[in-house]
Amino acid sequence: MKRILPIFLVLAGLASFSPAAEAKLRVVSSLQDFGSIAQSIGGDRVETFALAKGYQDPHFVDAKPSFVLQLSRADLLIVAGLELEIGYLPPLIDQSRNDKIHSGNPGYLDASVGCDILQRPTTQVTRAMGDVHPYGNPHYWTDPENGRVVARSIAARLSQLDPAGSAAYQKNLAAFEAQLTQKEAEWRGRMAAFAGTKIVTFHDSWPNFAKAFKLVIVGHVEPKPGIPPTPSHTLEIINLIQAQKVPVILVEPYFDRKTPDYIASKTGAEVVTFYPSVGGTPAIGNYFMLFDTNINAFVAAMKGKK
Amino acid sequence: MDHDCWTRTARIAALSPIALALALTLGLWLLPTPLAAQAPAPAPAPQPAASAPDPVADLRAQLDALKADYERRIADLEKRLNELTTAQGQPSAPPAVAAEAATPPPAPAAEAPPAPAVAAPSTEGGASQTANYFNPSISVIGNFLAVGGQNRVENLPAADLRESEVGIQAIVDPYARADFFLSFGEHDVAVEEGFVTFTSLPESLLAKVGRMRVSFGKVNSLHLHVLPWPDEPLPVVNLLGGEEGWIGTGVSVARLFPVGDTFTEGTLQIFRGDAEGLFNGQRRADLAYNGHYRVFKDLTDATNIDLGLSYGVGPNGTTSTARTRLEGLDAIYRWKPLQTGSYRSFTFRGEVYRSLRDQPGGVETAVGWYLSGDYQLAKRWFVGGRLEASDRADNASRRDTGEAAILTFWPSEFSQLRAELRRRHYSLTDETAKEILLQLQFAIGAHGAHPF
Repeated sequence: MKRILPIFLVLAGLASFSPAAEAKLRVVSSLQDFGSIAQSIGGDRVETFALAKGYQDPHFVDAKPSFVLQLSRADLLIVAGLELEIGYLPPLIDQSRNDKIHSGNPGYLDASVGCDILQRPTTQVTRAMGDVHPYGNPHYWTDPENGRVVARSIAARLSQLDPAGSAAYQKNLAAFEAQLTQKEAEWRGRMAAFAGTKIVTFHDSWPNFAKAFKLVIVGHVEPKPGIPPTPSHTLEIINLIQAQKVPVILVEPYFDRKTPDYIASKTGAEVVTFYPSVGGTPAIGNYFMLFDTNINAFVAAMKGKK
Repeated sequence: MDHDCWTRTARIAALSPIALALALTLGLWLLPTPLAAQAPAPAPAPQPAASAPDPVADLRAQLDALKADYERRIADLEKRLNELTTAQGQPSAPPAVAAEAATPPPAPAAEAPPAPAVAAPSTEGGASQTANYFNPSISVIGNFLAVGGQNRVENLPAADLRESEVGIQAIVDPYARADFFLSFGEHDVAVEEGFVTFTSLPESLLAKVGRMRVSFGKVNSLHLHVLPWPDEPLPVVNLLGGEEGWIGTGVSVARLFPVGDTFTEGTLQIFRGDAEGLFNGQRRADLAYNGHYRVFKDLTDATNIDLGLSYGVGPNGTTSTARTRLEGLDAIYRWKPLQTGSYRSFTFRGEVYRSLRDQPGGVETAVGWYLSGDYQLAKRWFVGGRLEASDRADNASRRDTGEAAILTFWPSEFSQLRAELRRRHYSLTDETAKEILLQLQFAIGAHGAHPF
């Protein structure tokens, strides 16, 4: 008995500590974008961690054991879905020893559900098409309306996991949506002048952005998704840009600018770094700044071109 | 009597640690699931409880209701299927799909669909895939090796489809997943790995049961096709039983021991006491054991360090009590900037093994090591080098050495070309072999995770 008593005391001590430690819901997201939205909705009731950094190619993330540790402590995992994370997340979830975040449980949220997903293949897909995503284009959060859907999903899921915070989450969601509505009007206003502008992008990351802001994507620097530029395709793109008078080439920050710069030098089109995610630069601190930054860059590049 | 029963169980368990480990694993697995186990039980109970005057009529009515329900559901399914196939304009074998869709018992459909939210995006991906929902994902990795130069000790053929590795993987149930890797040579097949992983055990445990690559050191736990070379380094060949390395059949339990933000994991494994070229247990009680402790730390966003300590022991078969003890130390340093299209990275890795083998002349202590570095030049190009040396496990005075230079090109994520210039000196025949190994690897099927 004497030996058991101290153990009991220690356990009691731990038990009394744990509520304080568990006070915050731990949200792990594959992308910083969802982390940012979750932070807006969760406020001080959640703490967020993103596996992929915003300046990193989200297709190629290493399955580092340190992520296992983050996932083992998570209450909620938010993924982009559509197989964007297929290259690293499944083994991490298996090794996390955390049943809560397995697919099918409330702690697993596929943010793509309910979003406007483009390019869902209607014919058989093969890898002859490059690294295609058989469930549709996974870069859907570049449409702010999809961000709204994601915010609603996150608010609903947080309320389910933490009913006590439900009122706070709904309040934060309302504030987020109000700000989004206001910002969308501003963004659309600034982009209105460029409706119908033809653009070339490096990777096929921007169909949702183009749809939201009425741009027309006419080509990609990559001959096929995930396949680096080839000389013959680069020549085709140069001809395309000249024929269709394309003013800008959008390039994600994690791609090599050599080929786009070469194309620009031959055509006079301007290469614009477009950030697909929050955290692409330290200045892009949240989901709203992501659009602010990209739209500023686009408007600046188009100055004097129309 | 109760006491007697316990001692017998204890004796059996003592005789067979694998059985004990398995029992523990199963116990842990059952532990968190009393609700799940109870859930299906009440379902059949109400039927006999009903005090109907004519049980036959009652049954018939139930059957009729069921039949009507089924017919309605089948008609529904056919209608939906027709809609989908016409919408897709792709009439790929609709009868087969219809039959398959109709045959499974409606139980799952009758309950609330499991996780519809997650399944939803895929539904529109292709109607023909719905019939394959629960099929495991299948992948095949072809590993073709052509060799030039002369080597009389390790005489590889000029051209060889060295391995066709078929991976079959799926989630078993909410508590486990299963992975099979069948390794086809040109003329034979072997189960390289086939195990179930219990992913929702308490206490940060992860258990694997089946046949698996043993977590001794680093490269031994990896499949050949994910190594940075086309061949296994000398310490694996000489000290872990040959090119295949150490593969065991038994139970593995791993636990996380996080230290602040540092990942550390301890793994304990118990295997049957035979492994090709390494262990040869004659009796059931002759088992092989392995322990591995891994520490991983992110130094910065771009750099990390991965360390491991291993200790293995098993019967080597020279006498009934002879054991081989294996000690291992592995280290990897990685540098890979995450940002801005640099496509430069560097990996430095090394391992040292020591084998202490009981044999008629006494204990033979053999040491082997390798050091290797890989540098990424461009998005799809890597160069690397490797130095290696290893004594023979049964004759430590024979030390083989080698050097290699490697160039790797990835046309896409799914294929890889590799050339290795290799020089190995074999002390047994005092022969130096200079060779070129050309490897082509190609993967089809499910997109597996990238190795790390």
